[in-house]
Amino acid sequence: MSTPRSAAVPVPDPAPAAATPRKAVALISGGLDSMLAAKVILEQGIHVEGINFYTGFCVEGHTHAIRNHEHAKPKRNNALWTAEQLGIKLHIIEVIEEYKQVVINPKHGYGANLNPCLDCKGFMVRKAREWMEKNAFDFIITGEVLGQRPMSQRRDTMPVVARESGAFDRLLRPLCARLLPETLPEREGWVDRGKLLDFNGRSRKPQMRLAAHYGFTDYAQPAGGCCFLTNEQYSHKLSDLWATRGSKQYELDDIMLLKVGRHLRPRPHFKLIVGRDEGENNFLNGYRKRFTHLYATSHEGPLVLIDGTASDADLELAARLTARFGKGREAETVTLTITDTAGHSREITVAPMPANDIPSEWYL
Amino acid sequence: MSHFVLDARYLFCPMPVIRTQNRIAELQPGDTLEVQATDPGALHDIPAWCRVHGHEVLETRREGNEVVIKVRVAP
Repeated sequence: MSTPRSAAVPVPDPAPAAATPRKAVALISGGLDSMLAAKVILEQGIHVEGINFYTGFCVEGHTHAIRNHEHAKPKRNNALWTAEQLGIKLHIIEVIEEYKQVVINPKHGYGANLNPCLDCKGFMVRKAREWMEKNAFDFIITGEVLGQRPMSQRRDTMPVVARESGAFDRLLRPLCARLLPETLPEREGWVDRGKLLDFNGRSRKPQMRLAAHYGFTDYAQPAGGCCFLTNEQYSHKLSDLWATRGSKQYELDDIMLLKVGRHLRPRPHFKLIVGRDEGENNFLNGYRKRFTHLYATSHEGPLVLIDGTASDADLELAARLTARFGKGREAETVTLTITDTAGHSREITVAPMPANDIPSEWYL
Repeated sequence: MSHFVLDARYLFCPMPVIRTQNRIAELQPGDTLEVQATDPGALHDIPAWCRVHGHEVLETRREGNEVVIKVRVAP
């Protein structure tokens, strides 16, 4: 038996658009595409909040602070900056431990470098899906553009992300949605498919036009994306780390140190991490107690950490290299202090190694 | 209303922001949190995070190599 009330009054939509807007969680990298995707959905009256993941490989954050760039813009966190421009909340999620499996053992393999882009996107959308479920949001949006990235943003791999993340048709890519099958938010009329976009390919012009349309200026345009794993030199250093340790493991400090300094491996059992400027020297100084380290006392020069085990002969070689990268490089001799991990220091005087004597393969 | 202190020293951004975010999630509206950090980026990032979440930054200061950001949790 139905009550008179339910017979007389139509059952209301559990979430009428005007009263309680649908909610989308937007993956925000700090780059332009995810910013535009969120804006497109905000414009349709959807409540949007951002989510940003810290994997340890992010170019964002500390990395800008480490090096001295006299003429660089003031440092900012681009994901937070994006959220501020959009007027949305941003939740930053630390995924360092969980992300290791993505990097160490990617089901879909690596891209041109050690970038596991397809596994990574699946991982991040899965984390966003879990966040969506926990916080009673309705769908997920990303700034993906069909054909923009060779691995994760292809017509045949975009459904893989939707499936493996468990997001399925609650994953909407506003910048290229009109080139893809309809998703739940479109079918249900939460968003108007006609107002979504059909961006395709590697050209950035459509994004730049849309940014101009919305009045966005001064947005970040990281040359190599927002992840160090797409960087050839960084990947080379990570490969070297794994090869010399005999296993594909890492800790946060390992991958942080790969971002900083010149890395030279003159012998298989040790490498040097050489600060390139005051900012890097300060950064490395924070790690000095865990490493045998050396620096010149007779001249200005870098702080150098020794990663591995070095004999006396190895330390003399390290001292000559350290002298080479300081202001005493043309001097006959340079005096340095070497301190071991027990804190014992000694002095050593060496001839700086001539640049031509450093084999190029020592540079990682 | 209570006052809390968060030690985020020797962490690099965005970790001090993440620690601040996670700590504030456990606090009550009106509580105050004093975050101590050594990454000077925290002076920029934590107030930015507070602005997007509506928390009030009561004070930011440098003390030698450390920075301090004092926040009041939004109602």
